[in-house]
Amino acid sequence: MPALDDYYRGKTPAWCPGCGNFAILKAFQQAMAELAIEPHQFTIVSGIGQAGKFPHYVLCNTFNGLHGRTLPVATGIRLVNHEMLVIAVAGDGDCYGEGGNHLVHAMRRNVNLKLFVHDNQIYGLTKGQPSPTSGEGMITKNQPFGVFSEPLNPIALAVALDCSFVARGFAGDIAFLKDLMKAAIRHKGFALLDILQPCVTFNKVNTYEWYRQRVYRIEPDYNPEEKSSAFQRALEWGDRIPTGILYRNDRPLLEERIPTIKDVPLVLQPIATARVEKTILEFY
Amino acid sequence: MDYSIKIGGEAGQGIQTIGDTLAKVFSRSGYHVFTHQDYESRIRGGHNFYQVRFSEKGISASRRRVDIIVALDRESITRHRDELSDNGVLIYDAADLKLVLEGDSFLDVPFTEIALRQGSKILANTVATGAVLGMLRVELDIFEKIIDDTFRKKGDEIVEANRRAARAGHDYAVRNCPKCAFIPSQFGRPKLLINGVEGIALGALASGCRFYAAYPMTPSTGIMNYLAGKAKEYGLIVEQAEDEIAAINMAIGASFAGVRAMTGTAGGGFALMVEGLSLAGMTETPIVIALGQRPAPATGLPTRTEQGDLLFAIHAAHGEFPRVVFAPGTPEQALFLTNKAFDLAEKYQIPTFVVFDQYLADSAWTFDGFDVKRIRYRDYRIRGEEWRQVTAYKRHAFTDNGISPLGVPGQSKNLVVTDSDEHDEEGHIIEDAETRVSMVQKRLLRKLPQIRREIAPPLFYGEEGADTLLVCWGSLYGIVKEVVDALANVRKIGMLHFSELFPLPVGSVASAGDIPVPTGVRPETDFLSRLKEAKASLCVEQNATGQFERFFRAETGYAFDHAIHKYDGRPFTVEELLEKVSACLGRLL
Repeated sequence: MPALDDYYRGKTPAWCPGCGNFAILKAFQQAMAELAIEPHQFTIVSGIGQAGKFPHYVLCNTFNGLHGRTLPVATGIRLVNHEMLVIAVAGDGDCYGEGGNHLVHAMRRNVNLKLFVHDNQIYGLTKGQPSPTSGEGMITKNQPFGVFSEPLNPIALAVALDCSFVARGFAGDIAFLKDLMKAAIRHKGFALLDILQPCVTFNKVNTYEWYRQRVYRIEPDYNPEEKSSAFQRALEWGDRIPTGILYRNDRPLLEERIPTIKDVPLVLQPIATARVEKTILEFY
Repeated sequence: MDYSIKIGGEAGQGIQTIGDTLAKVFSRSGYHVFTHQDYESRIRGGHNFYQVRFSEKGISASRRRVDIIVALDRESITRHRDELSDNGVLIYDAADLKLVLEGDSFLDVPFTEIALRQGSKILANTVATGAVLGMLRVELDIFEKIIDDTFRKKGDEIVEANRRAARAGHDYAVRNCPKCAFIPSQFGRPKLLINGVEGIALGALASGCRFYAAYPMTPSTGIMNYLAGKAKEYGLIVEQAEDEIAAINMAIGASFAGVRAMTGTAGGGFALMVEGLSLAGMTETPIVIALGQRPAPATGLPTRTEQGDLLFAIHAAHGEFPRVVFAPGTPEQALFLTNKAFDLAEKYQIPTFVVFDQYLADSAWTFDGFDVKRIRYRDYRIRGEEWRQVTAYKRHAFTDNGISPLGVPGQSKNLVVTDSDEHDEEGHIIEDAETRVSMVQKRLLRKLPQIRREIAPPLFYGEEGADTLLVCWGSLYGIVKEVVDALANVRKIGMLHFSELFPLPVGSVASAGDIPVPTGVRPETDFLSRLKEAKASLCVEQNATGQFERFFRAETGYAFDHAIHKYDGRPFTVEELLEKVSACLGRLL
């Protein structure tokens, strides 16, 4: 069984002191150790932004790709090797802004990926512009009149699209976040885990204090398999913000539906190039 | 013997079925066949045509003059009747088109009425196909075999009805076309008939491609269609992505995970892929891109042809990284160059391109066969026991030749790490100048001279002492070759055809390598001297600004004497290019 240290790369993360990402990293390393998944057995695909740096602080296979494009890369990896655990790590700008189209279609496909979104409701790396989840009216350097758009509700979007696993965590509650990560990884299906994470440098609205006053763990007797109540909880925001597994279903996996990889992962299958001689005959 | 048949009609009338079937009958009869298609961006209506040429000699382009026109709509008559050769005949269904044409160049074949007599109006195209074969006095045995193969699944009744319809059309033409004096020569050995996109797709299968992600876009969709049909047999995953950005990123993910991966698109879709192309360059992920050019900018003429994206393919993407660009001239080259593209992509861990266009995509050629021994397959990834023995693995390790070991994640305890940020040997993000410089040298500068040595020189066709050179690239191979033939008696003329375009094989000593060279054609290593010594050089391109011409001059300093540009979206016919070349040479010499 791997120890916690097995996942530490020993590099000091390039995040601001007090950043919620540290807590997410800690919860993640604990979750992986408890699940006894060794570093070579999983791949993290990340994009660009503060969240995109995440895999550089974890020992694992890593594809740190482009802004917004984590899910297509992760989908390609999963289809080629469905015995590999593939985790996509992205920020709210990366996943809900730049890569919004990919998110919608990844949920439709239901490829068995785990998507952890570091949702701090702001752009950190580019210094404080609003993100798709920033609250209406938030004043920033380039929104001097406040944000005009309604914030995107990723949980409601995911429930509406029948995403296989929908959860929300909070970086200020590491123990619960770790459990949610484990549940997402154990779940068979596309899993969205939206992680509320204060940006201590740029987001002066959604602070630790702000979240602590609102965030609550969902009741133990809540049934995440009921779509209509899940939708109600998905819309809950403001004074009270639910965390926990909000929706879950057991839709069939994309990987299970592709006959080519029914038995053996594609990457382990032998190459059949000699067959082409026979195929050429079909052109006569 | 050299006959051309044109089938014209509205989209949805089945002209492609008639054209495909006739081409198949001729290729199975052992004739050389060349076909090309002209269609609008619509599913029903409009005016489309399909042209089939066949001969006992090698042919590689379409002629303007046609010997038989099958007119399924009135527009086929008004637009194409002037293209009929002196002994040509146009067949049409007078009752269907509600018009009667006088003169012995026109033959009324009541397709629909004959079809109804055999059981259904739906048989009209089979009647028409039979009628063409009757005009040519070609026996029906091969056509009947095609009918059997096509309709077997639909039951004996359908097969029989089609056989009867074919016979009725055939016999009607034999009885009613005394003017038909076409005399096809004797049968030869059956030839294979293949178009450009099939060549590319076959090349992918021959190369062990396991993953193809794409978004449908003319003229590249045929690759996805063909590969999807072979997915089960070859153990291939074909994923229709939500957009081209996803398509290239999926292919990159698949390649990272350990299989050969490809994507295909047209110019507009490739524009969306460009950021992903740069990602493949930075992460040294092998990937093959099939880029089908069509007239642009923007949506342009979606179903038509142009060579307008050469410079785009060569220059696309931010930053500097190595790439290879091929542009096959024939379906055979499409197969073997796609194979070479896969090999070089993996050997050097770079993106490679197969650039084509609608004309090559949809044109079918005949070949006696393909020399499969020339197909190269070598797995450059580290797998299995060898991979498990590796210690202290670094995905982007500095090496003498710049090529780092390409490990497959998950198959050993070694971790495979890569990054779109500048990274160190392990693949982790860095900022320092020293590593950056070393990495650019490894990723780019050390690989470039090696890659250039892999590139084969252009092909030369014509008289050895040729002092007039026609230069072309990509899909213009066949047309320019025929123009050289047509002018061979008039002047000392030859063709230089470039299919391996980037990097340009300047100073290369590579032979044609594994790419088959047609009879009468040979690689010309010393093409630059040859051009400099020529009395006249003409660069023929299907674009408005002479993209190859400019690229060639930038790379070599050589300027062509003259250029012919065509940008109407239609392919050249032999006659058309012949006129343009003659006019141009007349002015030059």
